[in-house]
Amino acid sequence: MNWFIKFLSSSIGRKLIMSLTGLFLILFLTVHLIGNLQLFKDDGGQAFNVYAHFMTSNPLIKFIAYGNYFFILLHAFMGIYIASYNRKAKGQQPAVTNPNVRITWASKNMPILGGLILAFLLMHMGDFWLKMKLGNVNMVSYAGIEGEVKNLYERVAISFKELWVVIVYLVGLVALAFHLNHGFQSAFQTLGINHRKYTPLIKKLGLLYSLIVPIGFALMPIYYYFFR
Amino acid sequence: MDMNLKLKIWRQTNNKSEGHFEMYDVVANEHMSFLEMLDVLNEDLVNQRKQPVAFEHDCREGICGTCSLTINGQPHGPNAGTTACQLHMRFFKDGETITIEPFRAGAFPVVKDLVVDRSALDRVVQAGGFISVNAGQAQDGNAIPIEKERASQSFESAACIGCGACVAACPNGSAMLFTSAKVRHLGLLPQGEVEEEQRVQNMVAQMDKEGFGMCSNIGACEAECPKEIQLYNIAYMNRAYFKAVFSGEE
Amino acid sequence: MNLDSKIPAGPLAEKWTKYKSTMPIVAPNNKRKLEVIVVGSGLAGASAASSLGELGYAVKCYTFHDSPRRAHSIAAQGGINAAKNYANDGDSIYRLFYDTIKGGDYRSREANVHRLAECSVNIIDQCVAQGVPFAREYGGLLENRSFGGVQVSRTFYARGQTGQQLLIGAYQSLSRQISLGTVTMYNRHEMLDLVIVDGKARGIIVRNLLTGKIERHAAHAVVLATGGYGNVFYLSTNAMMCNATAAWKSVKRGALLANPCFTQIHPTCIPVSGEYQSKLTLMSESLRNDGRVWVPKKKEDAEAIQQGKLKGVDIKEEDRDYYLERRYPAFGNLVPRDVASRAAKVECDKGHGVNPTGLAVFLDFSAAINRYGHMEANKRGNHNPTNEEVIALGEHVVSAKYGNLFEMYEKITGDNPYKHPMKIYPAVHYTMGGLWVDYNLETNVPGLFATGECNFSDHGANRLGASALMQGLADGYFVLPYTIGTFLANDISTPKINPDLPEFLEAEKRVKDNINHLLSVQGEHSVESFHRRLGKIMWNHCGMARNEAGLKEGIEKIRALREEYKKNVFVPGTNDEYNPELEKAIRVADFMELGEVMMLDALNRSESCGGHFREESASPEGEAMRNDAEFTYVAAWNWNEGKPEMFKEPLVFENVELKTRSYK
Repeated sequence: MNWFIKFLSSSIGRKLIMSLTGLFLILFLTVHLIGNLQLFKDDGGQAFNVYAHFMTSNPLIKFIAYGNYFFILLHAFMGIYIASYNRKAKGQQPAVTNPNVRITWASKNMPILGGLILAFLLMHMGDFWLKMKLGNVNMVSYAGIEGEVKNLYERVAISFKELWVVIVYLVGLVALAFHLNHGFQSAFQTLGINHRKYTPLIKKLGLLYSLIVPIGFALMPIYYYFFR
Repeated sequence: MDMNLKLKIWRQTNNKSEGHFEMYDVVANEHMSFLEMLDVLNEDLVNQRKQPVAFEHDCREGICGTCSLTINGQPHGPNAGTTACQLHMRFFKDGETITIEPFRAGAFPVVKDLVVDRSALDRVVQAGGFISVNAGQAQDGNAIPIEKERASQSFESAACIGCGACVAACPNGSAMLFTSAKVRHLGLLPQGEVEEEQRVQNMVAQMDKEGFGMCSNIGACEAECPKEIQLYNIAYMNRAYFKAVFSGEE
Repeated sequence: MNLDSKIPAGPLAEKWTKYKSTMPIVAPNNKRKLEVIVVGSGLAGASAASSLGELGYAVKCYTFHDSPRRAHSIAAQGGINAAKNYANDGDSIYRLFYDTIKGGDYRSREANVHRLAECSVNIIDQCVAQGVPFAREYGGLLENRSFGGVQVSRTFYARGQTGQQLLIGAYQSLSRQISLGTVTMYNRHEMLDLVIVDGKARGIIVRNLLTGKIERHAAHAVVLATGGYGNVFYLSTNAMMCNATAAWKSVKRGALLANPCFTQIHPTCIPVSGEYQSKLTLMSESLRNDGRVWVPKKKEDAEAIQQGKLKGVDIKEEDRDYYLERRYPAFGNLVPRDVASRAAKVECDKGHGVNPTGLAVFLDFSAAINRYGHMEANKRGNHNPTNEEVIALGEHVVSAKYGNLFEMYEKITGDNPYKHPMKIYPAVHYTMGGLWVDYNLETNVPGLFATGECNFSDHGANRLGASALMQGLADGYFVLPYTIGTFLANDISTPKINPDLPEFLEAEKRVKDNINHLLSVQGEHSVESFHRRLGKIMWNHCGMARNEAGLKEGIEKIRALREEYKKNVFVPGTNDEYNPELEKAIRVADFMELGEVMMLDALNRSESCGGHFREESASPEGEAMRNDAEFTYVAAWNWNEGKPEMFKEPLVFENVELKTRSYK
């Protein structure tokens, strides 16, 4: 296994970690968005709460969730490591910023965007996940469902009535959009998938994804703040 | 047409001293190349018995890869696919202030003023950027046909002039484009495919050892490469590396 | 001095093969103990250093560049010749040999040139094996094109960057030997003197260009692969750092400089645009396949163009003088380089030049664009194309053939060569002369070898296109690694040479004194200004056309300039730092001495041959006239403390008949 460790500590190995964890998180975001779409359902939160209950109690999903937390941390810490390594590797910065339009702002600022997202994530987790775990969430029961489930829906509705929370969410999601726009296609490039025929398609998909997912998430606080 | 320019130039005595910017005035002509404009400045400085600005240059035809100026934040200046020596003054405006710095990267220590040490790139090639064949061992040149398109693709990667603009352009100071161009140039040819697994692993290891940064697919290298070497070279190298690591012998 | 060329006996075609299998060689265990210095890392140097390393010698290789990959071989555009006969057009080793001898105007050695032609086929094989991405046909086999002065297709190429690709091949081989430890590479080290111990070349003095430290390096033999001296003209197509110092310092230590007046002026370069010009850019010879060279017939028209009142396209067809087609109907625009260059000078001297300086002629593609446009339209079934359609289609074809050159032209001049004829003028490009070497590539100083453009051996008085790359690699891969054994075989019991020997210390002192002198003058004029003045003297008195009075005057001027240099040059900075001005100062001082020997040689050779044109030796129509009865020899010069002496090596032609070159 010596070779594997050696591989993982090479520059390309570290890039691969970023790429694979990134792709996993992209998948996760997709699932997360689809599940949370139930917040738009006008049923007093039943569908959402049932769904949340399922996601937090199913052993397989729980296992994946812990994997997910691990990958988020791995992605973040590896990102921080790479960013600080690269800062040193660059040495003195040029006095003038390169004005070349082919260099996108997002690609150059992935660590900053990542940091913003991480900060947002901590707040997000504190607001829902932590409160849920600490039992600061009321219980509710529904017909046809055994026992009580946590009323996470209520929690969401309360949070999203706070203007500052909405603003933090929007900022976090804008950062996510830029992060994803570069990250999506970048993950494929790192995997070695770059082809004159397919790469333009991957880039378009990435753009689409980086718009749809954050907009989808952003609609939730906006919807709750203005219309509920 | 004559043009009056202000030059903000990085001056540094050697790699142990601190550098700083100094301002100079120069009267240039729109037909001059950028380096000829610096020649004029240096001749002025020498006539004033001052130290001329050290900068590296040689062929002045865009092929030797010696010139290494960052002009207004861009390695080799504003024109795509053009080295600093082929850049002409008609692309600048009369009265403009031009900032000139050396190629910036941790692995390229400044030697003096605008001159940097790029020997790390040589060491990356020495680690495996070759085909192990001695003089006199070759079979007939036409013994192995090579698809025209493949040869042409290999050429595109081989067109690298080793100037290091990719490293200087990269906010991470990464040499992935340089290294990958060599890996792909040789790997696409049947003669070079044979030792690709060794080559890519050794070259990447040396690249890491030299302290180059890690690629984050920004694409600044591709945007600034005077020979327009493309990012798919890096993707090629990653593939070759994965293959070598996971399918090769330990 | 008796110059023994050491050409082996026997029939021409067998000399090399037989010699190779009978010459003394060094056993592998002894090779490890023998050190060889190779100065230069271009095609000739890198190939020699890597091949010697592969054989097992302990090699030390030096370059003044920051990396061996920067040598000026990299700028060669067109291609490399080889007698492969892949095109099945009747090519052979003999034909390549014959073309090269004839192209060189019968001033090179038969045996050397034949060996070059023999090695040419191995070069291509070697380069393919190294991974040089030559151009290929759809069937996957190597593609060829034709070049000036020959009737077969034998030129292998990699787009317009053949020199680059070949050099990278050699650089990679060299890098491999460096990684294996057989070659020690010294980047940014410039050779400033040769050390001779007991009559044999045993080392060099180098300056570490980063620190200024003067170092003594010893070895059993020294190989110079330091290129040509074209920069003596200041403006040339050579790179800025190309210089003659290593070779010239060897001449001052007793090596001979052969045929120094043989310089090649390339007809198609971008003209000088102003006093600030630092170097000239070549446009590939291949352009003359489709471009037509002309100047205005009427002097008034030319003057109007010079003043910017008219443009080339304004001149009517009947008012244009396609002078090459007029003077040389058989070859037209494809006459050899020396002929085309002189013809351009003649027109410009008459006042028909077409740029503000009056020193440029047109190279016009409009006829080709028209012709290709019609062909292309016909191909597409359009038999009545409009003028615009023809031009669009024609430009497309021309762009496919020469696109990168047109782009480069536009980058430099800002003119669009599709719409306006290119302006070109001849410029110094290559020096056929160089260190005198025998068949073993050994100079008259035992143990000192010279390869590539640095020696004089293969191109006579004029080099054919695509032959320089061939010679550099033949010398480095296939000739020197064998022939150096003839010298080293006698040295197998010689222990490592000690760099502290008095000869080394003396040479080191000489170098230091010279540097101290240059730094102490503290005169009024920059090195650059002296170099520019030297270039003007050389160009005006020893350029495309030379005559006795002009040469004599030139010699006086150059001597005066040298004296002034000693008293009035200003070199800023100190020795103990990275100091490009000091580097240049040393090189220019050497150019000034070498320039005098060039002029003396040109003065002595009162015939016209190849690139050397003496106005006194011309036919009434102005064509060059050789004088075989008097000048069928190599003129080898030594410096002799400022009183140069000439020695003759007669050239013997046993296989080819000496004929007048005619392109009419």
